[in-house]
Amino acid sequence: MDLTAINPVLLIASLMVAATPILLAAVGELVVEKAGVLNLGVEGMMITGAICGFSIAVETGSPLLGFVAAAVGGAVLSLLFVLLTQVALANQVASGLALTLFGLGLSALMGQGYVGIKPPPMSRLDIPVLSDLPAVGPILFSHDIVLYFGIALVAAVWWMLKYSRVGLVLRAVGENHDAAHALGYKVIRIRIAAILFGGACAGLGGAYISLIRVPQWTEGMTAGVGWIALALVVFASWKPWRVLLGAYLFGGITVLQLNLQAAGVAIPVEYLAMSPYLVTILVLVILSADKSSAPASLGRIFHASH
Amino acid sequence: MIVLEKRPQPSRAWSVATPLVAVLATMIAGGLLFAALGKNPVEAIRTIFWEPLFGEFAFFYRPQLLVKGAPLVLIAIGLSLGFRAGIWNIGAEGQYIIGALTGAGIGLAFYPMEGWFIFPLMVLGGAFGGWAWATIPAVLKVRFGTNEILVSLMLVYVAEQLLASMSLGLLKNPEGFGFPGSRNLQSYDSAHNAELIAGSGMHWGVVVALIAVIFAYVLLNRHMTGFHIRLTGEAPRAARFAGVSPSRLILFCLGMSGALAGLAGLFEVAGPAGQVTIDFNVGYGFTAIIVAFLGRLHPVGILLAGGLMALTYIGGEIAQSNLGLPAAAIQVFQGMLLFFLLAFDLLTNYRLRAAASEVA
Repeated sequence: MDLTAINPVLLIASLMVAATPILLAAVGELVVEKAGVLNLGVEGMMITGAICGFSIAVETGSPLLGFVAAAVGGAVLSLLFVLLTQVALANQVASGLALTLFGLGLSALMGQGYVGIKPPPMSRLDIPVLSDLPAVGPILFSHDIVLYFGIALVAAVWWMLKYSRVGLVLRAVGENHDAAHALGYKVIRIRIAAILFGGACAGLGGAYISLIRVPQWTEGMTAGVGWIALALVVFASWKPWRVLLGAYLFGGITVLQLNLQAAGVAIPVEYLAMSPYLVTILVLVILSADKSSAPASLGRIFHASH
Repeated sequence: MIVLEKRPQPSRAWSVATPLVAVLATMIAGGLLFAALGKNPVEAIRTIFWEPLFGEFAFFYRPQLLVKGAPLVLIAIGLSLGFRAGIWNIGAEGQYIIGALTGAGIGLAFYPMEGWFIFPLMVLGGAFGGWAWATIPAVLKVRFGTNEILVSLMLVYVAEQLLASMSLGLLKNPEGFGFPGSRNLQSYDSAHNAELIAGSGMHWGVVVALIAVIFAYVLLNRHMTGFHIRLTGEAPRAARFAGVSPSRLILFCLGMSGALAGLAGLFEVAGPAGQVTIDFNVGYGFTAIIVAFLGRLHPVGILLAGGLMALTYIGGEIAQSNLGLPAAAIQVFQGMLLFFLLAFDLLTNYRLRAAASEVA
């Protein structure tokens, strides 16, 4: 075992990379839940985004186009959730599960020709002086653009929910859909928009895994990150900045666990590999007692006749 | 413009008809998918639904229906108890793995001793393993209010890692030339879950699945616990006034579904699969969710739905080898089934009305 092989600067830099897929998916789901909808299909939308992004990036040679395709793919898949829960008024838990099961199958089907291929690399931001700074450079100034987009998205969602009129209406719909309806807001339309936004974010998160974090395609490669993102929203008590904090915490555990594996720690690989999931459970246990900040209409079906 | 009008009471006729409509719609949509993949849709659908039952080699495939259907029914029966009460155990896949590990572990601990008591002990061990794994989310929910959906699901990934560790370590076959995986239980008489009637596909797992169906039917219709489950699902507030203890119900439903999933895992590892391997699990725990909904969370319905789902598995395999249909296409097909079912359920609870000139 050689712990000195773990370089803290690289650890922090790769932690940010590991956290970005969770961050993107979780901030999307946060908006969805703020609108009063519980979409358990994050894993399915992520894996669909992963293969949409991967295939388009490979075919066009442009990772950025891949990310656009991933967002579109995730949103299109979430449209099925819209049909089930907003039009057919189906149970949200069951519909979310259906979305995940369907997404896993669909992505495996779409990805058949893409196993073992390398995607085109994403260029990194390279600012002449800043990127060369010791420690600060690799941590802050030499990532790909999508990573910064993720952080900017958290800021934008925070601002939107807190200060904008759109955010106010969204929260009203999530807190009390009957009152929002009585005030004349289009509950269903607002929720549809939120679900599509969540789908696009999950798709981006999935593509970040297949294009940057593990640049390749394998079936089921999201391996529960979508579910961790769902847990993260609970962890964050539905607050955007805490989503960022939580994502970095989980990214840190994932990366540290991989580094310990590489350093040859005397714990079997499998036990290290289960640590992110165990930590998720632990965090859920610690934070679940406080449900006061959950949107009051979360998971309830809205029908104007009630 | 069409508007929805809530029915005062869910329509019984539609409740029975929606699974059938959903299957039909899935056949059509699946046919379109197969056509998009460049296969003859009619041929593909016929291969999946007709070949295993009445085709030339049906004598070979029919026993397989029992082999594939039994674990699905066993797991789905357990899940349906919780689903009815709004308790969502999504981690049956993990409970299935742990049941297989504990059950097989007991059997392998006795190797090479022979004895009549070994298999019953393994069955108990399998049920206990699944029960214990499902009790983790149950206790956390009761004690800390933790979401059981997320915890039971996280435990699936933990169980998969445990399975990998066991097949590479503790349970690895010492005579396996270094390959991962345990000894084959099929060649260890006292631990083998063999066919009860040769060539029928009927093993102990099938028998237990049928018992579970009857047990669940009696429980739901003739027993106080079953009444509490139904009451909690339909009117949670009324249930509390009626003195139902939510904690006990959570522990019972999750524990029960875990035990049944564990049993399914044990019967699979000691029978058709034969050994603990890294990829021993094939997603029955997740497919059983579809089976539970397709069977309307009703024991008899689940029995029929399990048969249908087993049919798509076997027919899918035939379509793979005969028509070159990708394996993932069947997974998509099964996912579609759940979609259509949930969508058509609208008709059970709502009436479609043409709104002429209503002031909204």
